[in-house]
This record gives sequence, C-alpha cells and structure tokens, in this order.
Amino acid sequence: MSAVAVPLPARRPGVGAVYRWELRKLLAQKRTYIGLGSAVAVPLIFVIALVADSSGDGPDGLPFASYVRDTGFAVPLVCLAFGAFWFLPLITALVAGDIVATEDHNGTLKTILTRSVERWQVFAGKVLAALTYTAVILVTYVGIALVAGGLIWGFDPLTTLSGTTVTPGRALLLTGAGTLAYLLPMSAIAGIGILLSTITRNSAAAVVGTLMVSIFVQIIGSISALDAFDPYLLSTQFNAWQGILREPTDWAPIVRSAWVCALYALPAAFWALTVFVRRDVTGG
Amino acid sequence: MTAPIEARGLVKRYGEITAVDHVDLTVTAGDVYGYLGPNGAGKTTSLRMLLGLIRPDEGSAKLFGRDPLLKGARALDGVAGFVEAPRFYPYLSGRKNLELVAALDGGGAAGRIGEALDTVDLADRAKHKVGGYSHGMRQRLGIAGALLRAPRLLLLDEPTTGLDPAGMRDMRALIRRLADQGITVLLSSHVMAEVEELCDRVAIIGSGRVLYEGALDELIASTAGRYELRTTDDVYAAEIASRYGEIAEIPGGLSFRGDERAAAELSVALGLARVGITALVPRTATLEELFFSMTEGPSMNGHAKVVVQ
Repeated sequence: MSAVAVPLPARRPGVGAVYRWELRKLLAQKRTYIGLGSAVAVPLIFVIALVADSSGDGPDGLPFASYVRDTGFAVPLVCLAFGAFWFLPLITALVAGDIVATEDHNGTLKTILTRSVERWQVFAGKVLAALTYTAVILVTYVGIALVAGGLIWGFDPLTTLSGTTVTPGRALLLTGAGTLAYLLPMSAIAGIGILLSTITRNSAAAVVGTLMVSIFVQIIGSISALDAFDPYLLSTQFNAWQGILREPTDWAPIVRSAWVCALYALPAAFWALTVFVRRDVTGG
Repeated sequence: MTAPIEARGLVKRYGEITAVDHVDLTVTAGDVYGYLGPNGAGKTTSLRMLLGLIRPDEGSAKLFGRDPLLKGARALDGVAGFVEAPRFYPYLSGRKNLELVAALDGGGAAGRIGEALDTVDLADRAKHKVGGYSHGMRQRLGIAGALLRAPRLLLLDEPTTGLDPAGMRDMRALIRRLADQGITVLLSSHVMAEVEELCDRVAIIGSGRVLYEGALDELIASTAGRYELRTTDDVYAAEIASRYGEIAEIPGGLSFRGDERAAAELSVALGLARVGITALVPRTATLEELFFSMTEGPSMNGHAKVVVQ
C-alpha cells in the first residue's frame, strides 16, 4: 500500500455523508424497527379494538372521536390526539436520546471524530437523521391508521372541527397538513432528546429523561392554577394541528406552535452542539 | 520540513490529578517512535490530545504543522490511528464499518477498502459482523480503518494489547511493513520487546512527564562502561576496585563502572592481590532496566536518574 506523499482530499465529505451513514446505521439497528413496529402496531390495535367494541362509541374526550366509525379519515386524527400523551414522544426519544450517547458510550465517537469531517458536521448529520426518523415514524403511524381506518369504514367525507364536511380529497390534504404541523412539537421533543443524549452521555438516561420532560409539561398543563403557561407548553403544541382541521383554517395555534417549538428546540440544539463541539472525547 | 508531530508543553488535568504534565514530543518523518510508559502514565491522554479528541489545558500539539484545535479535521489530513482499542459498530460487518469511515474520509478512501482488508488479512471475514470478531481481528480492522486514510503518520495506542503471541507477532510485522513503506509511526506501548524491536526513537513517560526523549540506541549506549564483576573475595575486590572506578554491590557480585583501560588495570590489580576473577563482563542496560529505573526511580531535573546495576 502506497503511503507517502498523499495529497489532501480534493472534495471533503460533509453533513450529507454523515447523514447518509446515520440513516444506514439506524436501518441496521433493532431499536429502529421496534419504534417503527410500534408505529404500525398501535393504530392497528386501535382499529381492531374499535371493530371489536360493539357499543358503537369512540374514545372519549378526543377530537374526531365521535366520527371515528363514519370515515377512515377520522382514525389517524384520533390516533394523533392520543399519541401525544406519551407514545409518540417515547418513540421519538428512543432514537433522539440514543443517537449521541450510544456512540460516546461505545467509543465509536472517537472513530468518527478522527476522520475528515468536522464535529459540527457530525452533529448536524445526527440531528438530521433523528428528525428524519421522527418524520418517518409519524408518517408511518398516520399512514397505517388512515389505511386501516379507510379499509374498515371507507374513505368517506370528513366532518371538520368546525362542523363542515369536506371531500375525501380535501380530508386527505388536511390530514397531511395536520401531520406536518404535528411534526413541530415532535421535532422539539427530538431536540430535547438530542440535548440530553449529548450532555448525559447515557442513552437510558436521555431516553427516560426526554419522556419525563414530555410528561412533566403535560402535568403542568393539567394544573388549572398554571393555565397562564398553557400556550407556551410543549404539550399544548401537540394540539395545534387541530387548527388545520377547521374551516376556515385557524392559523393562530399553528404559528404559535412554530415559534414555541422553536423556543424549545433551537436552544436545546445549540446547547447540545456547543457541548458536542467542545467536549473531551474520553469514552471507549 | 515540518515534523509529523510537534507537541510543546502539553498539560491535561482532571481535577487535582495532572494526567499529562508539560509533555514535549518531536516525531520526525520516517521515525518509528516509541511512546513508552506504564499504565496511567499519560500515554493515551497525550494521544487523544494529538488527535484533537481532548483539549489540552496548556500547550499545543501540531501534526504536520497543523493544530487540531485550530484546524479541526483538516489537521488530521494524512494522519490516522486509534487510541485504546479501535471501536466499530458491532451490528455492521467489517466491510460496512470500513465503508462508513471511508465515507467520512472522502477522497479515494473507499477505493482502498479491499487493499486494506488484504493488508490486515481480514478479507475473508469482511462480510461478518464486527460483533463476532475476536479482539485481534478488531485490532487489525482498526489498522485497516487507519490505512484507508493513506496516512503519512500513524498513531497506534498499544496495538498488541490483548493479542495472543501469534497475533502480537503478526501485528509487529505489519507495523514494520508499514514503517518500511515510509509511514511515520508513533507507537504507544508498555511492551519493552515491542519497542526495542520496532522503534528507533523513544519517549519514556512516567506520571505524566517525559523522562527521556531521544534515540533508543543512544539511550542504551549511555549506559556503557559498566561491568559485572564476580570474584573469590568481593569485599577485598571492592576495596581495590574503588581505586580504578566506581563500585557498587549487586546481588551475587559487584558492579564496576569505568572505561576499558580501568577495567584492564583492575583485572591486573586483582590478580596481583591474589583475588580470583570469576567474571568481568561488560554490560549495557536493557530497555526494560532503563524503563524501570526511570519510571520507578527518582527524577532529576525532569530526567530520571538512570541506575544500571
């Protein structure tokens, strides 16, 4: 092997190279499929439970619950509503909380940080991979719920939260847009998970910690004396997508969700980046 | 020409413990440089600072004139290696792991995977998951990963640790081959035989401080002029020998220090005094003796007092 007089790489790898490899690593890990499997199983179990329930009622207290047997379009929307409590934050945390800590713990961080990519590029690739996973989980969850619901109850027109009825085509569009809006708080959860993953260097602590943060803000939101904080809680932003399911669209909760989630996600990501770039890599 | 490694005044503290204490290192092109020290002496911490994995509290390290703290990953162009055991993703195959690191290297690294696997004799196991690799195979995969960067400088941290004798022999042969190809090697080790076999220059580190840095031959030659002396009457012989040079007791005899002429005069004097000489053997210290005398003995002005018995 020739080893002398080596020119510097003409084209250096960047965030894209890290991102692609983070996705390949995710695809090679069992925990990725546990999350994906859960995203498939939960809506299926929900639909099966509804079919098996002869009372003809839907789940109580959730938006679209009373229409859940009228059209398959209502099923993913109900699933979005109950997924916010802990299920979707948990599977988001499964990857986000693990993505840096595991590398640190296993010593592979030193393997990738002694190559030709900068630390910030490694971090950015990891963040993008965690967000991609989050999006895939959410789309899978909604998609399975929609298909399963549609197969059982048909793709009939949907009654919006304003009481108007929309065509199946528009219902599909609104469901897609609602899913996009739902990604905002999910991304904020992912940001918190990545922060905890980076600073704790402990995968389990970061995953549990992320879920605890999510549950904690829900508890805060349920205390009536603290109602003034509601608009700024992450748990509230999990309901912002409902603005899209109104006629006309209520943009206020969507816009608020965008900046409130950014207030959670961006400082968390910046803090994590600062720690990641400056940290001593001593693991392994 | 810029030195592959130039470290000046490196200090790393963890709380009250100073892991690396004002370490200076200069590794010149073509060196096979032994970085020798007992466990906990600061070797790995030094290597981590050289590779930019940890930040020194004081001092600076430059690789081919580039400081990893200032230049980031660009400082590692032409540099490869590993600290402690090389780590890979156990759920990926050996080849996939190399594809990963090659993707993060860019350039022609991906095109060197097959050659690197052949070099470390892992081609036939490349499709197997790393989780099933032995320690020795992982070490060799670590070397393969380093070779993808077509390095001009290779930093290896105790590469033979945990290997069986055959694995150690093969690893040393591989390092020798790479050095023969012109790669400058910094070999951190606490295995004396390995360093004596492979290295031409050494730094000996103890308690975070460099106790000796220089050519291995010179270090050993500096202990010349010593003779092991055994006689029929060591007490009387010691009295006579003290007139011709320095004398000290050692287990089973005496250690005489003086030049060849003094040794000749001593042998004549002992004969005239009717003291029988059973052995008068010139001795230089082994690296191991020097190592222990430096790392376990008192330090003087930053350099260990070298005591050869």
